[in-house]
Amino acid sequence: MEGNAGAPKADGVALRHGPGRPHPVRRVLVALVCAGALVPVVGFSGAVAASADDHDPALVAHVVNRLAFGPRPGDLERVEKEGVDAYIDEQLHPERIPLSPELTDQLAQLRLANSTPADLIVQFRELQKNVKAEGQAGKDERREWVQDYVTQSATARLAQAVDSPRQLEEVMVDFWFNHFNVFAGKGLDRVLVADYERTVIRPYALGRFRDLLGASAHHAAMLFYLDNWLSAAPGYQPPGGRGNGAVNGLNENYARELMELHTLGVDGGYTQKDVTELARILTGWTIAPPRRATSPSGFYFDDKRHDWGTKNWLNYTVAPRGEAEGEWALDVLARHPATAHHISYELAQYFVSDHPPEALVARMAQRFTETDGDIRAVLKVLFSSREFRDPANQGTKFKTPYQYVVSALRATGTPVVNVRPILGVLNQMGEPLYGCVTPDGYANTQDAWLNPDAMTRRLNVATALASGRLPAGRPPATEAGGDAMAAGAARARPALFAARPIPVDDLLDTLGDSIGASTLKALASADPPLRSAMVLGSPDFMHR
Amino acid sequence: MNRRQWLQSAGLLVAGCASSSIAFALPADSSRPQRRLVVVFLRGAVDGLNVVVPYGESEYYQARPNIAVARPGQPDGVLDLDGHFGLHPALAPLMPLWASQRMAFVQASGSPDTTRSHFDAQDYMESGTPGVKNTASGWMNRLLGALGRDHGGSPLRAVSVGPTLPRIVAGPARVATIASGAAAARPTVLDNPRLAQAFGQMYQGDDPLSRSVHDAEGERHAIMTDLSADPGTDEREMRAANNGAAGANGFPGDAERLATLMRRDPSVQLAFMAVGGWDTHANEGHGQGQLAQRLKPLGQGLAALIDGMGPAADETVILVMSEFGRTVRENGNRGTDHGHGNVMWLLGNPVAGGKVYGAWPGLSTQALYEGRDLAVTTDFRSVIGCVLERHVGLPDASLDTVLPAAPAPFSGKLLRA
Repeated sequence: MEGNAGAPKADGVALRHGPGRPHPVRRVLVALVCAGALVPVVGFSGAVAASADDHDPALVAHVVNRLAFGPRPGDLERVEKEGVDAYIDEQLHPERIPLSPELTDQLAQLRLANSTPADLIVQFRELQKNVKAEGQAGKDERREWVQDYVTQSATARLAQAVDSPRQLEEVMVDFWFNHFNVFAGKGLDRVLVADYERTVIRPYALGRFRDLLGASAHHAAMLFYLDNWLSAAPGYQPPGGRGNGAVNGLNENYARELMELHTLGVDGGYTQKDVTELARILTGWTIAPPRRATSPSGFYFDDKRHDWGTKNWLNYTVAPRGEAEGEWALDVLARHPATAHHISYELAQYFVSDHPPEALVARMAQRFTETDGDIRAVLKVLFSSREFRDPANQGTKFKTPYQYVVSALRATGTPVVNVRPILGVLNQMGEPLYGCVTPDGYANTQDAWLNPDAMTRRLNVATALASGRLPAGRPPATEAGGDAMAAGAARARPALFAARPIPVDDLLDTLGDSIGASTLKALASADPPLRSAMVLGSPDFMHR
Repeated sequence: MNRRQWLQSAGLLVAGCASSSIAFALPADSSRPQRRLVVVFLRGAVDGLNVVVPYGESEYYQARPNIAVARPGQPDGVLDLDGHFGLHPALAPLMPLWASQRMAFVQASGSPDTTRSHFDAQDYMESGTPGVKNTASGWMNRLLGALGRDHGGSPLRAVSVGPTLPRIVAGPARVATIASGAAAARPTVLDNPRLAQAFGQMYQGDDPLSRSVHDAEGERHAIMTDLSADPGTDEREMRAANNGAAGANGFPGDAERLATLMRRDPSVQLAFMAVGGWDTHANEGHGQGQLAQRLKPLGQGLAALIDGMGPAADETVILVMSEFGRTVRENGNRGTDHGHGNVMWLLGNPVAGGKVYGAWPGLSTQALYEGRDLAVTTDFRSVIGCVLERHVGLPDASLDTVLPAAPAPFSGKLLRA
């Protein structure tokens, strides 16, 4: 751990403490801590870390790097003042943190991204009809509409990830979206993801696991993605023989992934028979026919599709009760000890280490069970644990492409105005937004993401962003966004489109103790115009 | 001639051989071009029964009233292979290989482990140790290690296409990655000496990141030398990426680039590509439809790979595999669910093709695994072992480290040598 009093100086003094951050304040805080002026709170089990370090710059940087997508300018200073415990508590209660008027406005304008699935499905189907009626013109109209939706839903996600003060909520959105993954590239899901995120993932990200699970199971996006909307008891006939080209019979896909990925985990102790029986239980959980939605999420329980026989699942005999069978099954899964362990393991892996310490996972699982799946409570255990605060676990998680890009935008104070270049970068780095084909979602381990090509791409992004050539903070030149047109526009209005390189002093100020001595040394002897790119391309910045 | 005979003739079974070190697993014979292997993994459990179709079995048509591929000669029917099996018509570009006996199949092959979890099954097939979860490396990485020290240390001896390093190539031996799509050949910051030097300053250690950056520099140089910059289009690339990290539509482009690389660079010996999107639980289609639409670019890409690699084709075997097959019977949604046995494909000049190998158990209910899936009569490791032993020329002891505790190599002909 970087000694706080030993903040790297050498040649780096001039680099580090440029305008903006009062150097003396930090020294005063350090002196106070050392003098024991702050009362430490010592945990009983020894599993909770003492708060005497509560204002230590290295710990502050660590906490902000994990609970947030890294600091924006001024963040570390603020958190150093309030202390990590206060910060953690604040972040665990996002409902108490107001969004800025600018961000609120920006989100409110995303009309398409704010529509309900029921509405979107109706609109989408209208456009489909037009394609049939009007051929190419209809196709163009549909493509434009979809493109608008895609841009808006991406803006909703990225603007919040980069600009929202409710950073832990944003981090948990990343975590839970991957856990309950849906793939935007699959048909209808393309226009359902924004609502899925807004009504399933966000509201319950720090709430009760059972609520999150239920919301996911009821949403059209999930029902479509894992084919449950088609699932039906043998002998089911779609009304009027119309159908949708597909015959509807029992489909196991969702039932399997519900147990394997969403709850129990692959070793959770279920059999192939259990998969089939759970699929039978969930027959009828489908998407509302056009204009017949009983809920905004698009969910509709079709009792004609439902298998009304008795089921034998996980050694339970399940008498037929319709939709209630599925609700009960979700209760069982949410309460299962294997689920508590599985979720705790994933959280510990995301926040602590690629190979999470089993003792921590066990304590978290216990808390999960005690509190009936209260995610906030489990996170509290995690964040106050000795393992989380262990210096050996600081700065050691290799960032995913998403974490890398978002943290780079935050560190450089780049607002999210034009999402296209950001989406392009994420595509190239292999983590397209909403683009994970498989239901297990994107991993967050070094093994998954580190390879020579990945490092090359990150260095490309670092260089582009540092030199102002990644125009995420500026409006797109035209709808098509072609380079030639952007160049033309740039010539016409140079002030608006001029590349704005990032000053390295500001960057280092923002990142504080995240950037270590070895990197500072390399900066000191490097060509000044290259330094910002080097910071964003440093091993320190590759990790969180 | 088999490996033992060849070694004898090369004089290397004799102790005290005059040539320098015999530390290499493979005898050093620079006059002999090195044997290459390309593995193509179809992620998501491709429906093998609709790829190499047992059209001669009435059970096939009874089990799949809506998604069976029609018999040869009928509209959208299979392309006859040997009077009993037929090839899905979307794979027509591969028929010349069959006709010239350079393509073979091993039917009813797969894993002894019976998991129907995609993720576990892929894990087992990539680690080469079915049923064992804690194997740290992939079998292709161990293979790379067993091939011995690099002559001249080529950074491209093993190449994986795609943004992440999959399990099969994970391990201590170094594997290069090539981006999927046109980005593979575009210049990057590391091609700029000033930037490369500045970044390099921060990555001089022996940690994994430093090693990756160092490898990247070597690989970039080799790749940029081997591949002429392809302007490509962003749109095509982004569409391919949006359809998933490795959709079938991006495959022909990636295959062409790999072919170019292999044609121009004799040091590329092992290559890995993965294609996703085969998990057809609903609306699979038959001769037309979802599966067909994915098989089409797959076939085009495989043909382009062989055509594009030039003389290297004489020494290259392409092995296509998938983690398990799918249910014999169609499900309620005109699709198929996770099954067990599948078919492995072998393509290339060294293949003794024009034949469907493997003990075919048939599709009668009593012959099915758990009454629902095609049984497995050949362990996938036997097929790999055969290719490694007789094509790549791996000695038995090395074979054991690459595929520990595996059953004996496949005893059918399979390869010309």
